[in-house]
Order: sequence, then structure tokens, then C-alpha cells
Amino acid sequence: MYDFEVARPSTIAEAASALSAEGAQVLGGGHTLIPTLKNRLARPSVLVSVSRIDEMRGVRVENEKCLCVGGAATHAEVASSAEESFPALAWLAGNIGDPAVRNRGTVGGSLANNDPSACYPAAALAVGATIETNNREIAADDFFRGMFETELKEGEIITKVRFPIPDAGNYQKFEQPASRFALVGVFLAQFGSEVRIGVTGASESGVFRWADAEAALSADFSTEAANGLPAAPGAMINDLHGSGEYRAHLMKVLTARAVAAAS
Amino acid sequence: MEFVELIVNGRTLSGEVEGRKLLSEFLREDLRCTGTHIGCDTSQCGACVVHVGGKAVKSCTMFAWEADGMEVVTIEGMADEDSLGDIQQAFQDNHALQCGFCTPGMVMSAAALLDENPDPSDAEIRDYLEGNLCRCTGYQNIVKAIRSVAEQRESAAAA
Repeated sequence: MYDFEVARPSTIAEAASALSAEGAQVLGGGHTLIPTLKNRLARPSVLVSVSRIDEMRGVRVENEKCLCVGGAATHAEVASSAEESFPALAWLAGNIGDPAVRNRGTVGGSLANNDPSACYPAAALAVGATIETNNREIAADDFFRGMFETELKEGEIITKVRFPIPDAGNYQKFEQPASRFALVGVFLAQFGSEVRIGVTGASESGVFRWADAEAALSADFSTEAANGLPAAPGAMINDLHGSGEYRAHLMKVLTARAVAAAS
Repeated sequence: MEFVELIVNGRTLSGEVEGRKLLSEFLREDLRCTGTHIGCDTSQCGACVVHVGGKAVKSCTMFAWEADGMEVVTIEGMADEDSLGDIQQAFQDNHALQCGFCTPGMVMSAAALLDENPDPSDAEIRDYLEGNLCRCTGYQNIVKAIRSVAEQRESAAAA
């Protein structure tokens, strides 16, 4: 990999200042960035590590309604801390990659990278999470901008993510067995009778809310309603792991399974 | 260059490392702890698993300076002066290796699993080893070896 400078800040303010250098980049758990650097697909001038910033760590419940996760909290921390308060999110976190990956990979890193098959973006959209940066708060609905694209500007760091805890929630992941990413993942969240569905791994435009499924299930929360859904709109990812048609089919099947599990 | 101070297998070390030096390279090249293997170098195979701060990590996907101030344990730290550690011994007794390339990572993952869950089921063992690839054994004897350690430790604790 190309050489770079290292910044090891201990506060968000120091990190923001280090990140203002030309070509500087945030390093979270590094499980996407380090492989990218090894392949010389990125050439940052400075890597700003956020893993020693205490104010970006930790997972806690706020007012019994919201799970607040530090941007540098690892998947393993979410999996163990949210088990009681938000089991669907804990399950999601506990099934990312493998144990060693979960000990390093971070929530902020996953959301900022917005891999089209990553799990967290589906949860963030489904529960209407708020993504806090060093500058502002961004609603999940405004945050994701297609594959690997987000609303984040240069110099912005995800410091915290607030996930509203739904009355019922479930994540169904159809795993691509080699990469352990979601071939398709469906996160279902129910607030009262309102149902919200976030889908990852399926669309060519990245993670999205499936409006037709939300409307149908908000009116009739049943597996029959899920099975009767029209095909999802828009172009689906079509690659060697599965055709677009297959992914569209999986969306329906996983949504029905999520309904059954959350009922 | 980055200044680091860390404890590797009980020994405190300090010095300077290049920013881009991976923990796996630091262990193998600078410390000559060549028991940590680099298989895929893409965080998939798990041959490079070591413990940092008590947690299993893939040392090929972490910079050496990220371990600054932490305790690192590698496969070299699993054996006593002249006898194998219980997990290593169980791997030998159960023929849980053939070529041995994945074994250091397997042992380190097994140790982390048993720390977290002293009495894992076969399914839990397999699940935990998801990120450790073995191309020789078919995993059967690896699972058996780890189960046997759990049972030995349990009966030793009961005695």
C-alpha cells in the first residue's frame, strides 16, 4: 500500500481538525479501508483513527425508546449490548462477517461506506435512525445516496447513531456464503401499526425502503399480504451470485419470514 | 513512524513502526513470531488470528500501531516453556490438523471462543470458526478437539 501519515486523536474535535488536512481519511475498524489500501485503490495522505475516541464508543438505551450507538462501537459491542433492548439489531450485528471481523468493524464505518450489501443501512432506514456527525444530524432517509454514496461531506465523521427501538422488529438475511454479506437482507420495523421495511443487497441504487411492502403490511400485517406483494420497482443487482429476478423473489420471501418472526 | 508500546506474549516492547505496517507483518518480520500465518491477507482465512486486548482479531487487517498500549497474544503465547497448551494438545490428540497452516488461527479462535463460552455446542463451535478456513481436515476433528478441551476444563474445575 502507499505510505500515509497517521493521526491518533482522542477527541472528536481533534479528529475533525486532523481530518481537515488535504486527502485525510477516517479509519474506523478498517475492514473495508485496509483491503482497499492493500490493493492501492485509495491513497489517503493521513489516516485519522477514531478507535481511541471515548466519546464515540459505547452502546446505551435512551428513554427506553432509542438505542444510541457510538460511531466507533464495534459490531461485537452492539451484538452483546443490544440483546435485551433491541434484539433484531443485536442479531443483525452478531451475524456480520465472523467473530474476528465483528471485534474490529464499526457501525459508523459500515454506514459511511454504504456497501450495497451491508446490513446496518437496512436497519437504519427501517427504524428511521438519525446519523450524527461532528457537524449535524442527518435522517437515515436523507443519508443513503446509492451504492457507496452518502450524504457525508468531506471532513465529516459519524460520531453517533440513534436507532429508535421499534415495537416489533426482525432482520432476515439471506447470506452469500463466501463473503457473508447479505445476498438480500430485509429489516422490518413496526411502530404501532406503521410498518417500515429497509432492503439491502437487492437494488442497483443501493439500500432502499420498499414502499409497496410498507403500505400493504401497514394495512394487513400478515404473511399472506407479504406473499401477495407486487414485484419491487427499479433495477435489481444482477451478478454471478444471483440474478435480479432471484433477488426480487428473495425480497418477498424474506419479508414474509420477517412478518412471521415479528408476529 | 509511529511510536508504539505493547505487551506481546507477556513481554513489554516499545519502538517505532511504519504507519502502514500491518500487525501480522510486525509480529512476523519485526518480532519473528512466525507462528502467526498469513494465508489470504484479505481477512477471510483466519490463519493470522491473534488476540488484541483479549479479543480475537485478524492481524492482517489491523495496523501495528492500532495495538499500541494493548496486550497481544499470539500462538507462541499459548504454550508453556516445554509443554503444549491444552488446546494445542487437544489438536494433536484429536488429529485436528493435517498441513497445519490454519492451525495457529484455529487455536487462537478456539481460545477466544472458550473464554466467551466455556461450554460450546458443536454448532456454536462451527459458528465461531466461520472465519477460519481449513482445507485439509473437513473441520470434524477440529470441532472434536475444542469440545474435548471444554470437557477437560470442566472436569478439572469440578475436581
